[in-house]
Parts: sequence; structure tokens; C-alpha cells
Amino acid sequence: MEFLRPSTLVEALEARSAHPDGVPIMGGTDVMVELNFDKRRPSALIDLTRVPELTEWGGEGDHIRLGAGVPYTKIIENLSANAPALAKASRTVASPQIRNRGTVGGNLGGASPAGEAHPPLLATDAEIELASVRGRRRVRARDFYLSLRTTALREDELITAILLPRPTGPQQFAKIGTRNAMVIAVTSFSLALDTENRKVGTGVGSAGPTPLRAEAAEEFLEAEFDWENGRPLQETVVRRFGELVAAAARPIDDQRGSSEYRKHALSVMARRALSWSVTDYRKGSTRCA
Amino acid sequence: MRVSFNVNGEDVTADNVWPGESLLYVLRERLGLPGSKNACEQGECGSCTVYFDGVTACSCMIAAGQAEGRRVRTVEGLAKEPGKGGDRSLSDVQEAFVEMGAVQCGFCTPGLLVQTDDLLERTVGAGKKAPADAEIREALAGNLCRCTGYEKIIDAVHLAAERRAEAGSAS
Repeated sequence: MEFLRPSTLVEALEARSAHPDGVPIMGGTDVMVELNFDKRRPSALIDLTRVPELTEWGGEGDHIRLGAGVPYTKIIENLSANAPALAKASRTVASPQIRNRGTVGGNLGGASPAGEAHPPLLATDAEIELASVRGRRRVRARDFYLSLRTTALREDELITAILLPRPTGPQQFAKIGTRNAMVIAVTSFSLALDTENRKVGTGVGSAGPTPLRAEAAEEFLEAEFDWENGRPLQETVVRRFGELVAAAARPIDDQRGSSEYRKHALSVMARRALSWSVTDYRKGSTRCA
Repeated sequence: MRVSFNVNGEDVTADNVWPGESLLYVLRERLGLPGSKNACEQGECGSCTVYFDGVTACSCMIAAGQAEGRRVRTVEGLAKEPGKGGDRSLSDVQEAFVEMGAVQCGFCTPGLLVQTDDLLERTVGAGKKAPADAEIREALAGNLCRCTGYEKIIDAVHLAAERRAEAGSAS
């Protein structure tokens, strides 16, 4: 096994191109488990921790650009206002030690349907920047997840950044597990209200072969939500929203939960996330006025 | 592969390192620093927690080569930091764990000590309030102990926080 230590993005992309069966490593919180347990013996490890661009973040037009290698702790500390849903999801990742190392890029590269970052990226309509020696391209998170653990990432590409639209309304994240820490989500849900475009975004985790959206629920809420004043929604509307989110899920029965439980939990989390969002929305409109 | 880095203030080099092995393995098996414990090898238990460039991490999940040129501080280095224990044999956190009976079989202890030290650095050490129970539980959520039931550990963290705050205001 080779250990490659590129110190610039150009070098990293060249290494990736030269070693298609090599494995990029950043925080190591997934990759090292596979190595420690003899599940994987790649020809090379491509250490990305010395590529400065990957650990930077900042504004870029109407987006926040988040380097793919920024650890969750930094997201929580620095992006709670600019990326509320992702920051909330980051708080629920594993433990402090793991949050100090784990990254959104790693979450995307592993593409587990349970990854905490996915529902917020779907709900906020984030874009993922992929780069190779051939150049850079952007893929919407909504087009990134193709099938179980398969994504739009090509063999010679690295995930370099995530582009998050600046928030224009409430964003929420909720997750169900047996503990508050060190837990793989039984299921998770994210909701984002885009008040400028009057759009609703959703993201559902651990309830299908890929992270997914509840599109019927989004359309329903776009029509029902009081975008002018954020008046509290009727109970029947909130309930229907929960049902539509649950109906979009395609969960399996496994050791973490049954399909029925996951659907039920999703409908409850969706209703809660909506109620929190209405409360936030009203606070927000009071401030504006 | 050769890997050179700094451990507990000392520059060290390990030779014949297999590129897929972890920093934990290098510390224990190549550098004679067995304080960090090898239990789960998947980041679940926190027994191998070390400072890595000043931030706590599970050393089982850091590839050996990623440590090149970095600063590592293990449980063996806790009592050695200048100004925070001097030449005492135990650090404030270690003393508090002993006094409160927070150590039973001891396997999880090194990880808990490092993670507690970090919590105190970020709170009382940075001029903030001593951490309350909820904050302590969140900080230690990635460190599993199968003996103590955690109550004595939390008592020890409170005691160490109190003492570090006093030491900080006295100096």
C-alpha cells in the first residue's frame, strides 16, 4: 500500500487520477474502520489533510462555500447562522472526538443513507463541487445519490466543496436513535423553508437505499403555508404533511428499526420540524417588521 | 514508511510503518507509549483519545502517515505540560479521578482523562464557567466505561474543574 501526501489540490487530483483504486482519506472516521477490520486493502491511501483549500469556508456570492474537509466541530462553531440545518445535523454526529475529525466530504464519499449531512443538503438544495484533472463540475445534492452507496462521483474525481444557498427562512433537522450520541440514525429528517422563492425543501435519511426527498410533501406545504404572515397551520395540514413525508420513505426492516416504525417516526419528526419552523418563521417576520 | 512527529513535547520517528496502520498502533507498538488503549478500533469507545494538533481525536482513526509533522499529546503527557502540573506525578484531572474513585478496571481511563482535560481547557481554562452536568455528559459521550456507571467520573470532572478554576484565578 502506498501513502500519498499531496499538499495542493492539483497534486491531489493527479494522485487521484493515477490511482483509481486508491482511497482518499480525510478525517478517517469511516476509512480507518475498514482498514482496522481488514475490510479493505486499497493500493494507496491519498491523504487530503494537507490540502488547504479543502478545509476552508466562506461566502461566495449567494452561497456559502464549505470545503469538503471541514470537520463537523468547525461547522457547528462557525456556520450555525449561515447553514442552520447542516449545523444542527452536525451536532448529532457521533461524539466530540469524531466531530473533530469527520467531514461532510467524507459523509458524501461514503454515501451511507444514514449520513447526517445528507438530509440538510437535500432540503437546502445544496450543490456539490467535484473536481478531477479534467476540471471542476457541480452536481445538485438532489442529483448526487444514485443508488445504495452509489453517487455521481466519478472514479478520478474528488469531492472538493459544498455550496449552500444562504438561508432565507427556518431550517430544521431531527434524528431518532437509541441515544443522543454515538448513534447511527434510525431515521432522520430535515426541513428548509425558502421564503424568497416560497419553496419548501425536505430531506429524509435512513429510510431508503439513498437519502431522499419527500416531493409531494414539499408541494403540499408550498401551497398550504401562509408565506405572508406565517400563521399557524391547521392541525389537519400538519398531519397531512407528516403523512406525505412518511409516504415518500422506502425503509427496510433491520436491526435498528422496522419499516413501519421508521415511517411513523418520520411523520412525527416532520410534524415537529414544521411546528418549530412556523414558530421560527413568525419570530423572523416580527423582527423584519 | 518512516513517520516523524512530536509526542508530548518530544520529536520521535517510527520506522517500518505500514501505511494502513493507525496512529494508535504506532504509539503503542512502535513508540512504547501504551497509555492510549486499544479497545474497539472503530471510534465507538474513546479509549484511544489523544490530542492531535491540539484537538481531541480517536487515534485508532488517524492513519499513521497523517501524523507526519503533527503534534500529539497522549495521557502520558498530561502531567507534563508546563504550568499545569509542573513536575508533579499526576495532573489535576488524574488526581481528581483517583480521589473520587472514578477509576475501576482503568481501561477507559486514559481516554476519559484526555477528553476531560480538553473540556476543562475549553471551559474553566478559557475563563468560562465550570461545565454543568449536561455539558460534561456531552463532552464525554464518546467515552465508554463499563465499570463505574459514570457517576464517579462526573464527580471527578466537577472536582478537577473547581481546582483548575482556583489555580487559574490564583495565578
